[in-house]
Amino acid sequence: METVNFMITGVGGQGTILASDILAAVGLAAGYDVKKSDILGLAVRGGAVLGHIRWGEQVHSPIVPEGRVDYLLAFEILEGLRRLDQVHVGGTVLINQQEIHPASVTSGLAAYPDRDAANEALNVAVERVYHIPGLGMAQNLGNARVLNVVLIGALSGLLPVEPTVWESVLGERVPARYKELNIRAFRSGREWIEERR
Amino acid sequence: MKLLSGNEAIARGAYEYGVQVATGYPGTPSSEIMENVARYDEIYAEWSTNEKVAMDTAIGACYAGKRAMVAMKSVGMNVAADSFFYAVYTGVRGGLVIVAADDPGMFSSQNEQDNRQYGRFAKMPVLEPSDSQESKDFVGAALELSEQWDTPVLLRTVMRISHSASPVELGERTADDAAPTPPLKRDPHRLVCTCVWAKHQHPLIEERLKKLAEFANSYPLNRLEWGERKLGIVAAGAVYNYAREIFPQASFLKLGMSYPLPPALIRELAEGVEQLLVIEELDPFFEEQIKAMGIACRGKDVFPAYGELTPAVIEKLAAEAGLLPPEAVSEERQLPLPELPGRSPIFCPGCPHRSTFYALGNKMKDVIVAGGIGCYNLGALPPFDATDTMGAMGASIGVAHGFDVAGIPDRFTAVIGDSSFFHAGIPPLLNIVHNGSNANVVILDNQTTAMTGHQDHPGIGENLRGERAPKVEIEALVRACGVSDVHKVNAFDVKAVQQTFEKALAFDGPSVVIVEGPCFFVGPGASGAYEVDTDACIACGACFRLGCPAIVRSDEVNAKTGKPKAKIDPVLCVGCDMCAQVCTSDAIHPLE
Repeated sequence: METVNFMITGVGGQGTILASDILAAVGLAAGYDVKKSDILGLAVRGGAVLGHIRWGEQVHSPIVPEGRVDYLLAFEILEGLRRLDQVHVGGTVLINQQEIHPASVTSGLAAYPDRDAANEALNVAVERVYHIPGLGMAQNLGNARVLNVVLIGALSGLLPVEPTVWESVLGERVPARYKELNIRAFRSGREWIEERR
Repeated sequence: MKLLSGNEAIARGAYEYGVQVATGYPGTPSSEIMENVARYDEIYAEWSTNEKVAMDTAIGACYAGKRAMVAMKSVGMNVAADSFFYAVYTGVRGGLVIVAADDPGMFSSQNEQDNRQYGRFAKMPVLEPSDSQESKDFVGAALELSEQWDTPVLLRTVMRISHSASPVELGERTADDAAPTPPLKRDPHRLVCTCVWAKHQHPLIEERLKKLAEFANSYPLNRLEWGERKLGIVAAGAVYNYAREIFPQASFLKLGMSYPLPPALIRELAEGVEQLLVIEELDPFFEEQIKAMGIACRGKDVFPAYGELTPAVIEKLAAEAGLLPPEAVSEERQLPLPELPGRSPIFCPGCPHRSTFYALGNKMKDVIVAGGIGCYNLGALPPFDATDTMGAMGASIGVAHGFDVAGIPDRFTAVIGDSSFFHAGIPPLLNIVHNGSNANVVILDNQTTAMTGHQDHPGIGENLRGERAPKVEIEALVRACGVSDVHKVNAFDVKAVQQTFEKALAFDGPSVVIVEGPCFFVGPGASGAYEVDTDACIACGACFRLGCPAIVRSDEVNAKTGKPKAKIDPVLCVGCDMCAQVCTSDAIHPLE
């Protein structure tokens, strides 16, 4: 099979690292060679976070080649736009409808991108864009912190790996007392995408 | 098969290949190595006070016959250098692997040094893994080499190896952990590096390097991979995998041992191909040695000696140099994107450092600030713009002393974190006392090594093994160093912080202010969010100057000035109270 290239982006604290861990582990469980690379750097201080994940027969580089992202999973609008040029025209963008304003915006030195302009860029860039209200969905489940699993659930609906594989990988990676909540979060994301696919 | 990051795989390697003592000092991108080693009860693991102490500790354990590992980030090697240089002379008995995680691209370091140079400089072998499986395997290879050749071995990774994950085949631990440690075998002629004895070692070390180069020719970690004969590529580490993907048809010399180089393999590749290309991140380390062998190759005429050599960079520059057809390079996409503001890191809500830089960046702008490594370096960025210098761990105190002896007319202070103070702040503090400096030092005691992920240090009362440890009091330590003017202030009392700085700066002689307040992540936790009374807010902007992510611009403005009023994000606010203290119109209160 052709290598599948994923990119996950967001803001430190949103739970992107667990999402990229799960995505990589699911690839391995499904029998692919997998490589993953996270830029952690200063992300814990509210910086941007970026993860590359690749599934394939044999994957050499852990970095997705320039402009060849198949699936961009953006936890935040500005960070999604920042990586949009990495997605090829036939790729898919799944973008959480959440704005987290950087200090340059709150201090009035810069403006947060206008929503219409953002949507136009998204529509020009790729064939398929899903604007997912992930934070609201997580809050409806009673815990904003499961945002990452809601988004992973949605992404799973676009990929040829059985939901049972996803759920078993997920179950191994979250504390036992949150397992049931996380499974519900995963299913809510997956149902959301299945209604729109 | 398990998916492990390079750092996790190195820790696993320490476990499987019988490391019994592991030491280190935290630093991105290396910190997770020791954090993972500490999970194996069979290995004694510690965060040492600095990299040199970690190195000496591991060397001592090796003299006692144990296998040992020392882990640190790129610049940690500079601190440790004094010690691994002597270990090359004394030899090691038990295997010693030094892990250094370099940071090409400078994601979180103050320089972009290439630690392969330390292998050549100190005359010890260097291994470089290309993925997580090799990260684990090479720990074993390094320990074997170390024991076979009686030398420390450097295992050099880069951020992309340390922080990338790939499948790893797991094995069992091989050490006999129950065996008692025998009494130390004394051998002063080897272990005492006095000049009269050590000079006999140097010719042997030169001889060893020659033999190692010969050995490298048949070392299985170095391999020739024949493809088409047009282009031959020499590569190691992360870059090897990028190159394999970009030049699938080329012939390769994949180097697992980056020093000493295998001369016969290099000649064989060079003679078997039309053109030889060296792809290496940072310094022309291979290239210069290959050229010195009289072999023509291309390298830094194509690729820069700085920055990360990502696949995108390699592809583009190789095409420009005619080594790839132009159509192999994907075009940069031109999208109608709106302007995208950057996202720089910022002090967290509830950060104790905020009051220090609010004082130095607003109320005491005249004060020159010598800074250091840690979260508090964010004081150099807006809205504070307070820090004037920053170079290395512990540097601030010496630099401030330099300002004093140079006689600058400005007021000046040194700022240093608690972990940095234990790491490298005590000798320069003694120095300012001894030399009668007028330097002022601010120690930001947030009770953790925050920037690298909240590791322990001697001021905490607990160590990496989870044992209770004596909590070293910074005040007592500072007084013991001979400083008489010592102040302590609560970091969350904004006005008191500034007043204490003023008092200490006015003192004639060395003075120290200890600003006490735990990092939010190790402190008591959130204590209820605050809110802005928009009617009372006059949009003076004082709270914005705290640079708190929880304080944002409201849509409401002051009708007279047109300036935006403040509002507080109740999800982010942790109730530290600093904004209520700086508010000029008493408009900020705990949320009802």
